[in-house]
Amino acid sequence: MSTLEIKNLHVSVETEDGAKEILRGVDLTIKSGEVHAIMGPNGSGKSTLAYSIAGHPKYTVTDGEVLLDGENILELTVDERARAGLFLAMQYPVEVPGVSVANFLRTAKTAIDGEAPKLRTWVKDVNAALERVTLDPTFAQRSVNEGFSGGEKKRHEIAQLELLNPKFAVLDETDSGLDIDALRVVSEGVNRYTSQGDRGVLLITHYTRILQYIQPDYVHVFVAGKLAESGGRELAEQLESEGYDKYVKAAAAL
Amino acid sequence: MTATVENVANALELEHVESHLHPEPSYDLAAHPVPSGLEEIWRFTPLKRLRGLFDGAASDAHLSWENDLPEGVTLGELSTEEAQALAVSAPFDRLGALAVANAGGAVLLDIPANAELDRPVRLTMRGAGADTLVWGHVVIRVGAHAKATVLVDHVGSATYDAFTQVVVGDGAKLDLVTLNDWEDDAVHTEQINLRAGRDSEVRVFEFSLGGDLVRTSLNVDYAGPGGSVDLLGVYFADAGQHIEHRQFVDHTAPKTRSNVEYKGALQGQDAHTVWIGNVLIRKVAEGIETFEQNDNLVLTDGAKADSVPNLEIETGDIAGAGHASTTGRFDDQHLFYLQSRGIEETEARRLVVHGFFNDIIRRIGVEDLQERLTSAIEDELATVVGRLES
Repeated sequence: MSTLEIKNLHVSVETEDGAKEILRGVDLTIKSGEVHAIMGPNGSGKSTLAYSIAGHPKYTVTDGEVLLDGENILELTVDERARAGLFLAMQYPVEVPGVSVANFLRTAKTAIDGEAPKLRTWVKDVNAALERVTLDPTFAQRSVNEGFSGGEKKRHEIAQLELLNPKFAVLDETDSGLDIDALRVVSEGVNRYTSQGDRGVLLITHYTRILQYIQPDYVHVFVAGKLAESGGRELAEQLESEGYDKYVKAAAAL
Repeated sequence: MTATVENVANALELEHVESHLHPEPSYDLAAHPVPSGLEEIWRFTPLKRLRGLFDGAASDAHLSWENDLPEGVTLGELSTEEAQALAVSAPFDRLGALAVANAGGAVLLDIPANAELDRPVRLTMRGAGADTLVWGHVVIRVGAHAKATVLVDHVGSATYDAFTQVVVGDGAKLDLVTLNDWEDDAVHTEQINLRAGRDSEVRVFEFSLGGDLVRTSLNVDYAGPGGSVDLLGVYFADAGQHIEHRQFVDHTAPKTRSNVEYKGALQGQDAHTVWIGNVLIRKVAEGIETFEQNDNLVLTDGAKADSVPNLEIETGDIAGAGHASTTGRFDDQHLFYLQSRGIEETEARRLVVHGFFNDIIRRIGVEDLQERLTSAIEDELATVVGRLES
C-alpha cells in the first residue's frame, strides 16, 4: 500500500518576462489501487503538474511538496524518482537516435530493479509487452521512438509502463492524437497495469473519450493551476455535456 | 613487377569550374604554392603544427605494414608515373602533391575484377614515432564487378603525409574503412581521391580518434552514371587535438548519388574539429541526388567545432540536394527521457553518446571493428562523463 501526496504545490517557469507561476497550490492524494483523472482546458497547467512530479529541469518548485510514502521526492533527481516508483508516460515521447529500444528497456529495467533482468526470460517479456500493445517485435531493434508514428510512441510508453511496473503512473495526455483502435490498445494496457490492484494512476486528459475505456475512481477539474472541483465519474459526464466554461469563468473572476 | 595501367585517355574531360572551394587538381608542385594559412582550404588548419611537412625532404621511411589479404588480392608497386596515369583526380593541394613527389612510387592494392572476397582486406600501418617523417602513396584498385571491404588501420605514431588513389571499377562494390587510431603525438595528413565507376556502390568510413593533428581530404568523382557513394565519419577530439575532415564530392556524371554523414564529439580545452563538406553538381550531372550532414556533440567547455557545408549547383535538373549541420551540447530532452525511466545521469549520457555514434558504427558490418570502436569511444568518454560501473 503506497501513497502519493501532492501538497500545496506551486511551480513556475522562466519566461522572457521573468518567472511565471503555472501551478498555484495543488493538493491531491492518490493511493495504491486508485485511478484519478485530471481534466482541464489547454493551458491550465495539467502537463506542468506531470512534468513537475517527474522532475523536469524546466520547472521550478517554489512551494509545497510531493510525498511518496512520506518521502519528499522533490529532493530527488529525475532518475531517483523513477527508481522510487514513479513513471511518467509523456505526451510527446522523446526520440533518442542510435539507442535501441531493447538496450534502452534493459538499461531502464536494470536501473529500476537494481539488478539486470534474467536474459532468458527478458527477451520474451519484452516481445510480449510489445505484442500486447500491437507493436511488432522488430521495434526492439529500432532507435527509441525514432520514426515512430504518434500512436506507436504512445503504445511504446504503455509497453514501458507494463515492463517497469511502477508504484504510480502519471499519464500525460496519453490519449491525445490516438485513433480509436490505438486508444483501445493503450487503455487495455493501463487497465492490465491497474488490475494488479496495488498500483496508482494519475490520468491527465483533455477529453472524456478515454474515460469510456478507463474507469476513474475520482475525477478532478483542473483550471488555472489548481484543482477547481473533485468528484466521481459523474463529474466527467457533466464536463462532457457542459465543458469547462463555468470553471474557467469562475477562475477568471478571482 | 609490372602492372597494368589504365590509359590517361580515361581521364574525365570536364569544364573548368571556377571556385575558391576546390583548387584545380594537379601533380605539379608549382601549381600548389606553399599556403599562408589564409586560403579557404587552409584557414582552419594550424599550419605550425604540421611539423614542417611543407618543407619536408623526400625520404624512404615507411610505416610498417601488416597485411591480411584474402585470396586473389595482391599487393604490388607502381612507379610514380604509372600511378599518375591512373584515371583518378590529381592532388587538390600541396600536401597531396608533396606525398606523390616524395614517396618515390606507390603501393598498389589490387582487387581483381569479379572477385568476391570472403573476408575484409586488412592493412595495419604502424608508425615508429612522431619524429619520423613518412610520405605515403597508396593505390587501391577495385576491378569491375568486384565486391570488397578494405580496412586501413593507422596505429603507433608518425609524421605522415599520404596520397591515396582509389579506382573503383564499373559495377564494383567497395567498403573502404580507414581508422586513424594514432598515439597522441602523431601528425597525419592525407588526401584520398576516389573515382567511382559506372553503377558502382562505394562506402568510405573514416574514424579519427587519436593523433595531435589529423587532416584528411576525401575527393570523389564519378567515371559514369549510376555511381553511388556514401562518405561516413566518426571523430572524437580530446584536449588540444585538431581533427579535420574535408570532403569534396564532384558530381561529374548524371544519375549519381552521394550521401555524406559525419558525427563528432569534442571534449577538453582546445579540442578542435573541422568538417568541410563541398558538393559540386556539374551541368552534365542531371538527375543526381546528394545530401550531406554533420553533427557535433560538444561535451565540455573550451572545445570548438567548425562545420561548413557548401553546395554548388550548375544544373537545374536534380533529384534532390541538401545539407544540414548541427553543433550542440547534450540534448536535455534526451537525458530527461532516459532518466525518467530510472537511468542514472552518467549512464544516460553514455547511452546518448553511444547512440549518436552507433548510428554510423553499426553500418560497418565488421563485428570486431565495431566492438573496437565502441570500446574506444567508451574509453574516451570515461575521462569526462564517467566510467560505467560494471
